[in-house]
Amino acid sequence: MSTLEIKDLHVTVDTDQGTKEILRGVTLTIESGQTHAIMGPNGSGKSTLAYSIAGHPKYTITSGTVTLDGEDVLAMKVDERARAGLFLAMQYPVEVPGVTVSNFLRTAKTAVTGEAPKLRTWVKDVKEAMGNLRMDPVFAERNVNEGFSGGEKKRHEILQMELLQPKIAILDETDSGLDVDALRVVSEGVNRAKETTGAGVLLITHYTRILRYIKPDFVHVFVDGRIAEEGGSELADRLEAEGYDRFLTTPAEA
Amino acid sequence: MSLLTPQRPADGAHTDSAATMVPDQSRAERTSSFDVSAFPVPAGREEEWRFTPVDRLGRFFRDEATGACLDWSQDLPAGVTLTTMPVQEWRDLGVPQPQDRAAVVAAEHSGGVAVVDVPADTELSEPVRIRLSGAPEQLVHGHLLVRVGRFSRATVVLEHSGVADYSEMLTVLAGDGSDVTLVSVQEWDDRSHHLAQHDVVVGRDASARHIAVTLGGGVVRLNTNTSYTGPGGSFEGLGVYFADAGQHLEHRLFVDHEAPHCRSNVEYKGALQGDTARTVWVGDVLIRASAEGTDTYELNRNLILTDGARADSVPNLEIETGEIEGAGHASATGRFDDEQLFYLMARGIPEDEARRLVVRGFFASVVARIGVPEVQEHLMEAIERELSAGVA
Ligand SMILES: Nc1ncnc2c1ncn2[C@@H]1O[C@H](COP(=O)(O)OP(=O)(O)OP(=O)(O)O)[C@@H](O)[C@H]1O
Ligand SMILES: [Mg+2]
Repeated sequence: MSTLEIKDLHVTVDTDQGTKEILRGVTLTIESGQTHAIMGPNGSGKSTLAYSIAGHPKYTITSGTVTLDGEDVLAMKVDERARAGLFLAMQYPVEVPGVTVSNFLRTAKTAVTGEAPKLRTWVKDVKEAMGNLRMDPVFAERNVNEGFSGGEKKRHEILQMELLQPKIAILDETDSGLDVDALRVVSEGVNRAKETTGAGVLLITHYTRILRYIKPDFVHVFVDGRIAEEGGSELADRLEAEGYDRFLTTPAEA
Repeated sequence: MSLLTPQRPADGAHTDSAATMVPDQSRAERTSSFDVSAFPVPAGREEEWRFTPVDRLGRFFRDEATGACLDWSQDLPAGVTLTTMPVQEWRDLGVPQPQDRAAVVAAEHSGGVAVVDVPADTELSEPVRIRLSGAPEQLVHGHLLVRVGRFSRATVVLEHSGVADYSEMLTVLAGDGSDVTLVSVQEWDDRSHHLAQHDVVVGRDASARHIAVTLGGGVVRLNTNTSYTGPGGSFEGLGVYFADAGQHLEHRLFVDHEAPHCRSNVEYKGALQGDTARTVWVGDVLIRASAEGTDTYELNRNLILTDGARADSVPNLEIETGEIEGAGHASATGRFDDEQLFYLMARGIPEDEARRLVVRGFFASVVARIGVPEVQEHLMEAIERELSAGVA
């Protein structure tokens, strides 16, 4: 049983025009087995929240706390956060030329568990997980994300989630760029990982369609760097019907 | 005649390097001669010397013999001979002539040519290995000829180490239909200086590979020139270099396509780490009017690991005939990609290991092409060592 606790998180980035505050007090608690959906318009700060939790150096935490089972996540280095059980499926996964998927997965698994996986079972696990995600076995020998299509990159992210078995997974727009079949396959992957490990999931999305496959327990509407409204899955249906308009203030009011 | 020098923007972050430049003369017009007086002592402003710290290399330009030698040891597979030949006899073979002051002085004062002969119709199962190490007191003029007979297959590995000032003239004659790989490994002590001209003459339907691995030396400058004696020849030029603080590692290639239906492919990759680490790569390709059906490609990539390092990359393609199969080049110099590092670390991989993965990945394509397992393994280990030295 794990708990990721985010309290009053404020985050800035340095831009050419100076420092810009993007997260303006985010408070959120995610427990094992729960699925939280964060929905919000473009530019509202969803990815910033995800990256800040993962420790991307571009973002500066100016106040607030993030803890995983009481441990201070913000004091950990990026790799330590992953080893503590956090996982981020990125909106734009990075290409790493010259590093094969199989080498990368084995290295990551070894790092996360602290020992090299048993070769025979590991090869079988990878094969099976790739098969479930309808990934051609040749991907194992390709370079990480290099030349992958948008959908292939997303499958590869979920493949990692299934193999690395995090306590809490943050999925940043894993649904974007997927066609209907791929969306179903990827959603099944997330549900499988949840079932086998009981992970908590923070699902960041712009659209409601993925929520047909992955049922959220909680929905948070994210606007302008903070949570504007919270509810159950019925809130997603309402957003589907009404859009974000009623949350958006006009520039004059802002 | 057209001078083609497309400017290819680098992918990703870019610390520049001298922009691709159009030379004021064709590469074909560069002086080549056996006569020392044809080459004045360089001042450093000449096109072929403009990147090189000539002020540290005065000894290399002095027109006098020193009589000094490097220490040699060699493994010669059965059938391979090592003999010496008077310089005049070497000239009479019609070999390519020296192309700069250091090379002409080396050829003039070497006192004789060390000749490695692989007879015709011979397939070596083991490489010829020649280990050369330092003779710190005096400048050494080295002169080598590697002759591989027709339809033979041979790999020759030259390994350089220790402290030396070494001026080298090397000719590789790849006989018709032969398959030749020459590997030159520079793992000199940082006090060493090494200037070299390597000429690779590719016979009809022969396949020649020249592989430069440069990991150590205060100044190393390797000029590799390729020419073809008949159609159907193929040349691969591969290079890996890793420059640390204070090192100047320079590789210049010139592929002269005169015979028709020949191929050339050049791939050099380098990493730089540490203040004042410096690398230069110049890739000249000339496709003469007679060289119809030529297919050529050259690529140079540099990875800058720390601030204060500088890589220059100058590809230059001159094409005098439209009847070619293909001609292209790419050159890019980028900083270490922090997004790659973040991605790997976000999967739990510690920073030093993630860095190693990225750098190893950067070199992987060219190392895989070397095809000499012992060289590949040695190289990967050496790169690991360079990286851990850099982190410490
Ligand atoms: N490095 C940066 N420099 C300048 N602005 C930035 C930087 N990073 C993020 N921002 C700005 O912060 C805001 C939030 O960005 P973020 O990527 O978190 O939004 P998002 O909610 O994930 O949007 P989307 O739905 O498009 O993915 C945007 O206005 C963005 O332009
Ligand atoms: Mg986003």
